[in-house]
Amino acid sequence: MKAKTGAARPAGPARSAGVNHRDAALDAGLRKSLWRGMLRIRMVEEEIARRYPEQEMRCPVHLSIGQEGVAVGVCSALEQRDYAMSAHRAHAHYLAKGGDLKAMIAEMYGRRTGCAGGKGGSMHLVDPAANMLGAVPIVGGSIPIAVGAAFASWMKNEDRVTAVFLGDGATEEGVFAESLNFAALKGLPVLFICENNLYSVYSPLSVRQAAGRDRTAIARAHGLEAREADGNDVEAVYRLSREAAERARAGKGPSYLEFSTYRWLEHCGPSYDNHMGYRSEEEFAAWRAQCPVLRQQTILERDGLLAAEEPAALKRALAAEIEEAFAFAKSSPYPAPAELMTDLYADGAGN
Amino acid sequence: MAREIKFAEAVLEATDQCLAEDPSVYLMGLGVPDPKGVFGTTLGLQEKHGPRRVMDMPTSENAMTGVAVGSAIAGMRPIMVHQRVDFFLLAFDQIINHASKWHYMSAGKTRVPMVVRLIIGRGWGQGPQHSQSLESVFAHFPGLKVLMPATPGDAKGLLVAAVRDDNPVVFLEHRWLHGVFGPVPEEPYAVPIGKARIARPGTDVTLVAAGYMTLESLQAARMLEEDGVSAEVVDLRTLRPLDAGAVLASAEKTGRLVAVDNGWRSFGFGAEIVALAAEKLFGALKAAPARVSPPDVPIPSTWGLSNHYYPTAAHIADAALGMMGKKPRHRAARRADLDKPQDTPNKAFTGPF
Repeated sequence: MKAKTGAARPAGPARSAGVNHRDAALDAGLRKSLWRGMLRIRMVEEEIARRYPEQEMRCPVHLSIGQEGVAVGVCSALEQRDYAMSAHRAHAHYLAKGGDLKAMIAEMYGRRTGCAGGKGGSMHLVDPAANMLGAVPIVGGSIPIAVGAAFASWMKNEDRVTAVFLGDGATEEGVFAESLNFAALKGLPVLFICENNLYSVYSPLSVRQAAGRDRTAIARAHGLEAREADGNDVEAVYRLSREAAERARAGKGPSYLEFSTYRWLEHCGPSYDNHMGYRSEEEFAAWRAQCPVLRQQTILERDGLLAAEEPAALKRALAAEIEEAFAFAKSSPYPAPAELMTDLYADGAGN
Repeated sequence: MAREIKFAEAVLEATDQCLAEDPSVYLMGLGVPDPKGVFGTTLGLQEKHGPRRVMDMPTSENAMTGVAVGSAIAGMRPIMVHQRVDFFLLAFDQIINHASKWHYMSAGKTRVPMVVRLIIGRGWGQGPQHSQSLESVFAHFPGLKVLMPATPGDAKGLLVAAVRDDNPVVFLEHRWLHGVFGPVPEEPYAVPIGKARIARPGTDVTLVAAGYMTLESLQAARMLEEDGVSAEVVDLRTLRPLDAGAVLASAEKTGRLVAVDNGWRSFGFGAEIVALAAEKLFGALKAAPARVSPPDVPIPSTWGLSNHYYPTAAHIADAALGMMGKKPRHRAARRADLDKPQDTPNKAFTGPF
């Protein structure tokens, strides 16, 4: 039951049951690392949500809880040298790509040790050391920029792939089509990763896109390879992404991958918001039952890859790492007032 | 005698030399390799530097500006050109939301060295959407550098400086300047960004302009000479970062200031220059500073109306005379000009363009 189109997609999660993504065995170490990566992001974001009401993280936060499978599946299929870019809901992408956790939390606390010196906030995560080139909350804004990064790799004949994360809403922007066209025109090594979580803020797909609007067909019409899968099945995400990255590396051009998934919490903020009535409790419950983290853990247990004490041990280790990151952030200084005027121009020019 | 070439040839030579000196430089724009070569400013470059580095592009201003931004973040130095500035409004998300802020919002960890060449149209009925002069709009945004050369020598030197600069630079060329000759050294050289130029020294009144209006201001200075008035012309060359020191030094010396704007009167750079003088030189000014600019209306196509839209040297000279307590006379003397087309810079320049 793999729905093809947005509006026709049933409210509940799609499943990979009919897809042969599981047939070839993935390396056991990799399968466990997918789970670990997702659990780490889940626990980081749960801690952000828990502490957010303290009102010390004074910037908008768009949490990815429920959507970790896409971030981890895609980034695990990339190499360290590969580039990634994201949008407003960027925490999971940043962490999955190897972005520094302490610097991310410090950024949310507005400290000078933040990954953007406190000048960007949660919506502008960047870590050049991890080749996480940036994130922007203007919907669709990072799509052509990522294509440009891939274009630079193409110009320089580098063995480097760029992945850009976008939402279903971004596929409604004109710049999405413009970017697909140019990426296909030059055969650029770029992966367009659409996380279709069914909503743009509170607006469902059905009020935004015509019934039957098939985004993979749009991508194919532009000349891209296009595939879709269950975004809460991290191994399926990994396989498609690996395939697309290999195609890109081989000079076979760009791909569009769409993964269905679901945001558990409110669009922006730490709370559940089903009571607002823009989506049903039943729909939410169906997706929650398909938690990507738990699903992977269950599969690993089924396949005898997890010792009984492993989940608890990992959670303890992650909790310690996260606690340390928050302590680092909260003990870091705010930027000095003079830093308001720095970093405007790369050569230090004034106004 | 120094070699004299056209402004458009100076742009071409600067681009050619930048492509030659740095393999990370590339050039893109709609029509770049076509037979007209963007008014001659890109002719022959694809043959010389290859189709990867000198390329046409899709009619996708916003995405292609994003491509420039992303490639710059990843180590390239793109030059993008648009045949009219008006089309670049489609790319405001990329140039304003992203390019201008990228360095700041990554606390200096990433940079966006890129140049966008934009051509301001005028005349032959270009009309409301082919002749806007939007320099003040770009100059409003911190993080952009905004250049507006008036001479072939500055066109080359400022373009070289722009390409070597590590920031996003908007480079505005007035279409009527492309055919203007001037001395241009053959070797590559950079004119410093952010430094104004005294285009003509004077003692009685300061005329501040940029780009094409520098030429009108110089013409006004020649007219004022007949009136016994010595005008100093400050050619800003760069709108942002603004060389406030040069403007203030000149206006303090002469005690009078006329800001000559090619764009709309309200909220424009003319207003900025006048505000600067009012704030810093209030006591030193002998007369209230003035703006000369087009009126706040879209630019009509017919010469019957556009003749009355653009300010000319006569407007500038009369503004200065009024400030000197003398009777303005130049506009009245040229009233008959308005009965025939004033929509080309010279006879050699015929439409369509």
